[in-house]
Amino acid sequence: MSDITNILVVGTGGQGVMTATEILAEAAIAFGHDVKKTEVAGMAQRGGVVSSHLRFGPKVLSPQITPGTADVLLGFEAAEGMRWRHMLRPNGLALMNTGRLVPPVVDIGLFEYPEDPVASVRAAGTRVFSFDATAIAKELGEARLGNTVMLGAISDYLPFSAEVLELCILKRFAKKKPEVIELNRQAFAAGRAAAALAAQAETA
Amino acid sequence: MSEATAATVKEAYVAPRPAPALSRLLMSGNDAVSRAVWEAGVRVAAGYPGTPATEMLEVISTYPNIYAEWSVNEKVSLEVAFGAAMAGSRSFCAMKHVGMNVASDALMTMTLTGVAGGLVIAIADDVGLSSSQNEQDSRYWGRFAHVPVLEPADSQEAYAFTLAAFELSERFQVPVILRLTTRICHVKCLVTVGERAEKPVAGFTKDVSRWVMVPGAAGRRLPLMFERENALRAEAEVSSLNFVEPGSDKRVGFITSGPAYMHVRESFPNAPILKLGLSCPVPFKRVRDFAAQCDQMVVVEEVEPLIETEVKAQGIAVLGKDILPRSGELSPTVLKPAIAKLLGEPVAEASKSLPMQVFPRPPTMCAACPHLGVYYTLAQLRNVTISGDIGCYTLGFGQPWNALDACISMGASMGMALGLDKGRAESEQDKKIVAVIGDSTFMHMGMQGLLDIVYNRGNVTVMILDNRAVGMTGGQNNPGNGRGIHGEETPRVDFATLVKALGVREERVHVVDPYELPTLFKTLRQETKIAEPSVIITNQPCVLVDDYRARKPFKVIEDKCTGCGNCVDVGCPAIHVTRRDKVVRGSGKEVDRSFVRIESSACTGCGLCVQPCAPDAIVHVDTLSMPIHVVKGS
Repeated sequence: MSDITNILVVGTGGQGVMTATEILAEAAIAFGHDVKKTEVAGMAQRGGVVSSHLRFGPKVLSPQITPGTADVLLGFEAAEGMRWRHMLRPNGLALMNTGRLVPPVVDIGLFEYPEDPVASVRAAGTRVFSFDATAIAKELGEARLGNTVMLGAISDYLPFSAEVLELCILKRFAKKKPEVIELNRQAFAAGRAAAALAAQAETA
Repeated sequence: MSEATAATVKEAYVAPRPAPALSRLLMSGNDAVSRAVWEAGVRVAAGYPGTPATEMLEVISTYPNIYAEWSVNEKVSLEVAFGAAMAGSRSFCAMKHVGMNVASDALMTMTLTGVAGGLVIAIADDVGLSSSQNEQDSRYWGRFAHVPVLEPADSQEAYAFTLAAFELSERFQVPVILRLTTRICHVKCLVTVGERAEKPVAGFTKDVSRWVMVPGAAGRRLPLMFERENALRAEAEVSSLNFVEPGSDKRVGFITSGPAYMHVRESFPNAPILKLGLSCPVPFKRVRDFAAQCDQMVVVEEVEPLIETEVKAQGIAVLGKDILPRSGELSPTVLKPAIAKLLGEPVAEASKSLPMQVFPRPPTMCAACPHLGVYYTLAQLRNVTISGDIGCYTLGFGQPWNALDACISMGASMGMALGLDKGRAESEQDKKIVAVIGDSTFMHMGMQGLLDIVYNRGNVTVMILDNRAVGMTGGQNNPGNGRGIHGEETPRVDFATLVKALGVREERVHVVDPYELPTLFKTLRQETKIAEPSVIITNQPCVLVDDYRARKPFKVIEDKCTGCGNCVDVGCPAIHVTRRDKVVRGSGKEVDRSFVRIESSACTGCGLCVQPCAPDAIVHVDTLSMPIHVVKGS
């Protein structure tokens, strides 16, 4: 099964997890791969947990990633990255947004938000590149650019070129205003740079 | 009640041009079925939204030359499709598994009449309960109604089987069930598509012995139904939808159907497989022939042991649920250890790493959701039992409201409430009974229940939460918002007039803005004290639909917040607790305090949290200081 690449994209309802995975799927198709993409998204629009599985390679059968076999985990929210760490294979890579979305069950005091999700994942023996994608998107003036930032972050850790992934993103906005395309270009570049910086920090 | 809300109504829907034949497209199972429905020359398609089936009608509605509708419930949708099939048109209807329970009354007799034009019923089972009140295996309907069941394993098969289902339906003049699961409906993979072929429509042929099912006529058609079933079993024996994949590792041969096939093929690449695409009626001869090719057989099916039980009844030795889980989704993670154990092999430890402990993240209502006001108010009522229904508002059972006590099926809030009233204990004579139901659920199956409450003089206060959308499934149009499936204008139901026509007295009908908490509370308290049926209709739209207009957001003045926590009880996800502590009051009483902030970028200014705020610490954000926030639609 080593000829299959498994990418797990996780976050919460409304973050654009499913759209991001779909764009990754389109890029994989552009490289001639067979692709399957599936979600577990129970009532996701209501802020629940979303995990989106992408598998690609010469021929994909089961759409679900088996726990312990994901090559890359792309976490759109800090605690969600932590929730799905067990899906990674040994030596798999976690790319984690440090941005937090605190749910009402934490606000009303029923549960605690983990103190430092990135540190916890690292302590469990996983390689983590972390960065604040939420802050990067906000700096660009639009929180909804977060998923493009995350796609930029993963772009250098895929078995195909970052440029094609970027094209697949921009293609989605082809009919939008040039400013929107430019913003997404910037968001992609910023995410890519943030992951590269985090990678340097990790190996230093 | 009939204010103009039609800012975005499309007058004449023009379908975009479908992708050309031979395109290879990334399609979900729902997309693929929809494409095949269009290509099959279907002229009428109907459905009611329900996860995971919803997207089929949504996508079909974008194709040209096909009539598509949101029906008020699944039974009506099946009857519409059946009517079109009587008229000789190819027709289609789609629903989730529980929808078929509602539609089954129609199915159980149309199996006797059969169809003229092809009729395919897509039923989507929510295996694993990602968004449903139960887990059901819709393949039972094939057995119960003696109609064939097709089970695709991925999007490409969903496409091909839909086309095959129409052929089968017309050849045997029988409604065909296309059985899907969440892992078909919502998995995307590559599909090669074809071209639409128009089908000439013969027209309706009057034939009372066939179309009017009175006892005598129906009795004469029963033998025809069983003959047809035998013919279908013979078809399953030769159909190319059923096939064997030989394998070198003959220790276990697998009989499998639907998405389970993919898990089997992935887990056991060298095992022989009998894959059943036309899985009902089961082709027993093929099963016997397959048995000769392997040492033992295991049936891998989601979710009930149907093929397994029928094969066992033929005296053929197979294993199935004896070694596999009785419910939920199958996967390589489930199958590999079960088969290893069967073969007496060591169970491979695929993943030693266990999930890390993280708080649960249950779905919540949206910021500014009009239901928040309803549940905040219901949570204040004492000595009340709240009968609930299916929709976003089911979430009212959870924190912080704890204001919904029962939920089973579409529209059940009404009948359950009447039963709670009539069956109340001696000790509960003062108990208030409230029923809560959404607009679409009320029209789906709630109206009859309310009629029953009125007719039988129930002491129930009914709340109809009219948010002008089927909210939970993504805001589909319905008769309550006066828009059809394409967004076109259509007559709009007036709920106040409707419930009065059902017999609720005019003085007992109230239309209330759910953001006006004092009015809502006063009305609810007043009506629950009166021992007769009352209806309170709330009238603000779902925040996710076009009708919703966002207002100026709020923020918390940190210095003024006293930590009373009243606003937290609203349950809005835009309100966050920044700090928590305990203080001892002068009276010696210990009090918990929760200091808050509002995530102003998520706030749309409904003002619910402002009302219970004791120290007036919640004020409008100075909009000039806000970053530019692009609101939906711009």
